Formats: sequence, structure tokens, C-alpha cells
Amino acid sequence: MAIKKFAVACYDDEEVLFPAVKKVRNSGYKLHDVYTPFPVHGLDGALGLKETDLHVAGFIYGITGTSTAVGFMSWIFCSDWPINFGGKPHWSLPAFIPITFELTVLFAAVGMVLTFCYLNQIMPGVKKHVFHPRQTDDLFVVALEINDHTNEAEVINFLKSTGAVETSVQVAESEWWFGRWDKKEPYELA
Amino acid sequence: MHLKYESFVREPLVDGDKTYHQVTEDIISPIEKKPGRMWYVGFFFSVALLLLGVFSVTWEVYYGIGVWGINRTVGWGWDITNFVWWVGIGHAGTLISAILLLFRQGWRTGVNRAAEAMTIFAVMCAGQFPIFHMGRVWDGFFVLPYPNSRGPLWPNFNSALLWDVFAISTYFTVSLLFWYSGLIPDFATVRDRAKTKLRKRLYGLASFGWTGTAKNWQRHEALSLVLAGLSTPLVLSVHTIVSFDFATSVIPGWHTTIFPPYFVAGAIFSGFAMVQTLLIVCRKILGLEDYITIGHLEAMNKVIVLTGSIVGVAYLTELFMSWYSGVLYEQEAFKWRILGPYWWSYWAMMTCNVVSPQLFWFKKLRRNIPFTFIMSIVVNIGMWFERFVIIVTSLYRDYLPGSWTYYSPTWPEIGFYLGTFGLFFTCFFLFAKYFPVIAVAEIKFVLKTSGESYKKKMEAIDAKSTEEFKHELDHAHH
Repeated sequence: MAIKKFAVACYDDEEVLFPAVKKVRNSGYKLHDVYTPFPVHGLDGALGLKETDLHVAGFIYGITGTSTAVGFMSWIFCSDWPINFGGKPHWSLPAFIPITFELTVLFAAVGMVLTFCYLNQIMPGVKKHVFHPRQTDDLFVVALEINDHTNEAEVINFLKSTGAVETSVQVAESEWWFGRWDKKEPYELA
Repeated sequence: MHLKYESFVREPLVDGDKTYHQVTEDIISPIEKKPGRMWYVGFFFSVALLLLGVFSVTWEVYYGIGVWGINRTVGWGWDITNFVWWVGIGHAGTLISAILLLFRQGWRTGVNRAAEAMTIFAVMCAGQFPIFHMGRVWDGFFVLPYPNSRGPLWPNFNSALLWDVFAISTYFTVSLLFWYSGLIPDFATVRDRAKTKLRKRLYGLASFGWTGTAKNWQRHEALSLVLAGLSTPLVLSVHTIVSFDFATSVIPGWHTTIFPPYFVAGAIFSGFAMVQTLLIVCRKILGLEDYITIGHLEAMNKVIVLTGSIVGVAYLTELFMSWYSGVLYEQEAFKWRILGPYWWSYWAMMTCNVVSPQLFWFKKLRRNIPFTFIMSIVVNIGMWFERFVIIVTSLYRDYLPGSWTYYSPTWPEIGFYLGTFGLFFTCFFLFAKYFPVIAVAEIKFVLKTSGESYKKKMEAIDAKSTEEFKHELDHAHH
């Protein structure tokens, strides 16, 4: 939990957002985050974000599913309770394929979604500060971290010069917390 | 300058002059309004059907499976017919959201949300049938491989029926996760514009606290892509495994290797028909004609005519193979199928699935909404008959003429089937009222490449010569 002060700029078009992000990164102000209503391609690159490794996690979960299925069925049919099906081999691999495939997919999908939620720190009951109610509608929001020594007027003027249609200074929680979305926290500014 | 280019041969995916805000407004505002009278009528009618289903099933569980019309010769009647029919319908959603995503089919964005919802509800309906077909349904958990006090005695992992348990439950889970991960950002949109406290609170919970940071979106896209990659073979595997229920048994008419592709094509065929039925009504009632355009409907009709033709070829191949195999039992099975006491079901199937979809070769008819609506229902009637034909007309005259019989359903079977319609439409009405029926964020993502007004703006650029264009581009960035 850390309550911080932010200078917030809202842009109404991604074509304005890209040069603005570039200027902000060059300006020396500390960039908190950028919020967009939909995935903007290339924004992660413009912000210098690394490519996500989520798909690697998915691969590992998938392999876990594969080995769980093959291992479990092999153990049951060869060791725990071997049954003779018309003289066929106990270890009948082709017949294991459907369940092995299904478990691979199941483990990969469930694992990835849980990892996704964990990394993004989202789950039912989680609350985060929303800088502008239209950041999930049609505004692209850039939040800069400032402190009491920052010249607010200067930051705001700088943000306006990058093409922001709306600017504000907000004091808000920078992390997530458990809370109800219909209640306002005392430090959440309107 | 927006330089994502899309050919003018492709018609726009979003009609009208839309801004991002207008997209939100159009799709979210039906959630915030009181539903119309038609919604209430439809919803309560569905709930009534659902209650009829609950009553029929309760009756069957109390008195036992003997209240159904099935007998020793025809052990799978309406029940398994309905199971396969619903599972098949449940294939379109994931096909649209996964396979068409991998094939970069832009038109999927308008219809994927509703189609995925339909998939999930259809699979829920399908699951009821094998469960209650067990008879002693309270022992249903025996199909799960859990350590038990009977040995432990494990289920038979070599059985196609058990593969089905794994396939259907995996399919349901993965479809649900895929659907919900796409819904999270849209729920956040509903939350952030909510005026009432209750709506703010509930959509706050449902949105998992999503705020849409750049990193979150990057992971979201990675997740969608991998889930699409996983779902693509999954869709194909599910109906393949359903077809194994038949193909691995030694019943004439079932024991063929053509079944997996034939079932998958049939599933996509009926699934798209159901999507058409639902969306034609939805777009009208919710006023979403700009997002689910005639172009979308036409694209789906093309899939219908393709898969319908594949199914037709499969029917003819089956006939040929029964003759060519030289096996008396195969030949007799198909003779009784076509000319026996169930001739009407075979010919209903042939007319609805093979003959009538061919009309979709005409562009005029593909783009005709009333015709598409009627056809979507005809196709699903045909596909129901296909499953009925495969199941009942393969069983009723088996190897022993002494056990030949005729099967017709009793009221609890019919009530059960109607009840699943109740379940399906109850869920769908709730979805249409409380969920964003179209993926809002995805539409915004394609708006500037495929929106009608934005495509118009590109016409000027398109008219320029290459030199002119390059010259302007070089200067625009300095």
C-alpha cells in the first residue's frame, strides 16, 4: 500500500498517444502507467515493455498435463490394477491419446488463466484506482508519478503540450487492495 | 495518419460513423436500460420450459429409466440424439473465436461473444443427457478417477465413453475461461460508466478489478492467442471423440472411419445455424445492426453451405461404402435406414441438410435475412434428424431379426428435451440482458481499419500514386 501523487493526462486518440508517450519518456518524469480501453498494438514497444512470458508458462502447464495423464494411466493399467482386454498389451498407448490430449489442453488453459490473473493482480474483490472513468471507454490515460517537490503547473503544461484533452493532479493508492467498487475511499479524488 | 490498410474489396465490419465512445454507448446501453416486453415474455416462457424439463427429469429419476421409450434393442433414443445435437451446436462458438482468430478473419469480432456464450450454454444442455441416461444418476461420480474403497477400481481409460467425459468437461472449462477472459475488460467498461451502486458493485466484482494498463493488455493478448491455439484442436477433438462413441462399436452403420470428420463438419454446420438463429433476433432487438451486419450473416452462410456440402458428401460416401464393403449387415442397415419404417427421418435429414443449404450458393439468398433465419432453423431440424437417424435407425433392426423393434419417445423424454431448450434460452436471455453481447474492446480495436467511415477516409489515400504517398509519408514524420 502506497499512496502517491499523480499527474494525469488523457488523450482521445491513439495517434496522439504514441508521440506523447515518447515525449513523456524523454522528459525525465517518472511514468506510472498507461491505461487504454483496448489493446493498442505497439504501445508495449513504445513504453519499452518486455514481451510477456505467459506463453512459456502455458507450455510448462501443458507438458505437466501430458505427463500427468500418461503417467497416471500407465501406472493404473500396468501396475495398480492391470486388466486383460482381449489379450491386448496393458500399455496401450494409442488408446491413451484422447485423454492425454484433453488433459494437456485443460492444464495449459487453467494454469495460464490463473497465472494471468496473478501477474495482472486481478480477481473478484480486487480494487484499483481508476484515474478517469472513461479510460475503459474512449480515453487513453497516461499517469505520471510526482511528489510534493514537483512543480505541478509545469507538469500539467507539459502534458497539455503533448496533446492531452484533459489533465489533473490526483492523490491515490498506487497498488491494488480489496474493496467494494460502489464505495469511495477517502483518498480517492473525484 | 492511420496506416493499417484493409482492401476495399472487404466490406466494412462496423457500419455508420462511429467513435470509440459511440461503440461503448451502442453495446453497453442495452444493459443499463430496462428490457422490453418481448424480453420478459421470452424469458418467462424459457423458465416455464425449464421447469417442464425439471419435472420430466425428476419423474425419470424417481421412477427409473423405464419411463422412457427406450428398450433393449434401442438403448440410445432421443436422449443421446439430443446429447450429440447440443454438443454439435456448441462447436460454432469456439470455432468462431479460436479458429477464425488464427485465420485472422476480422468478421469474427462482431459475433464471437454471443457465439461463445451459445457454446457454453449448449454444452451445459448437452451434459444433462448422458448424466441422466446413467439411470442411477446419484452414482454419476463413478466416472471420475478418484481413489475409492472399491480396490481402488478405476474407470476404463480405454473407453470412448470415458474419453467423452474428459473431452466435454475440458471443452466446457476451456470455452468458459476463454469467454470470461474476454469479458473482463468489457465488464470494466460497464463498471466505470455505471450510475447505480448495485451495478457498480456487481460489475466491479465481475471485472476482477481490471483497469487496462499497457502490460495487462499485452498479457491479455498473449493469453487470447494461446487459448485460441489450444482451443482449435480442442474443438476438433470434442466431436471426434463423440463420434468415437459410435465408431468404436461394432454396430452396422456406426463402425466407420469417416465418422470423425463427418461429425465435426456436421457440428460446425448446426452450430453456425444456431448462431444465425440467435443473432438475427439479437441484432434486431438490441439494435446492433451496425455491428452484426449482413456481411457477417453472409460469411456465416458461406460456412453453412460449405459444411452442409461436406456433410452431404459424407452421407453419400456412407451409402457407397455400405454397398462396396460387401458386408450384408452394412447393406441391410442402410436399406432399412432409407426404406424401413423410419424412412421419413432419413428423408427429412437429406432434404434439410443436403438439398436446402445448396440454395446458399445464390448471393441474393445469402444476404436475405428472413430466408437465412428460416434456413437456420431448417438446418438444425435436419441435424437433429441426422443424429436420430444414426442412432435409432442403426439400432432398431440389429443382427437378430427376433429383437427388431420400433422406438418412439414417451413424454418424459420429450419434456427433458424441451427442458434443455428452456435452460438454453433462460441462460441466453440473461446473457443478452446483463452481458455485453458484442466484444466492445475488440470492436474498438478493428474500428479504424474496418469501420465504414474510416474506410471511406482511406479512399483518398488509396487513389494516390506510390510516389505521392511515399513523399507525403516521409514528410509527415519530420
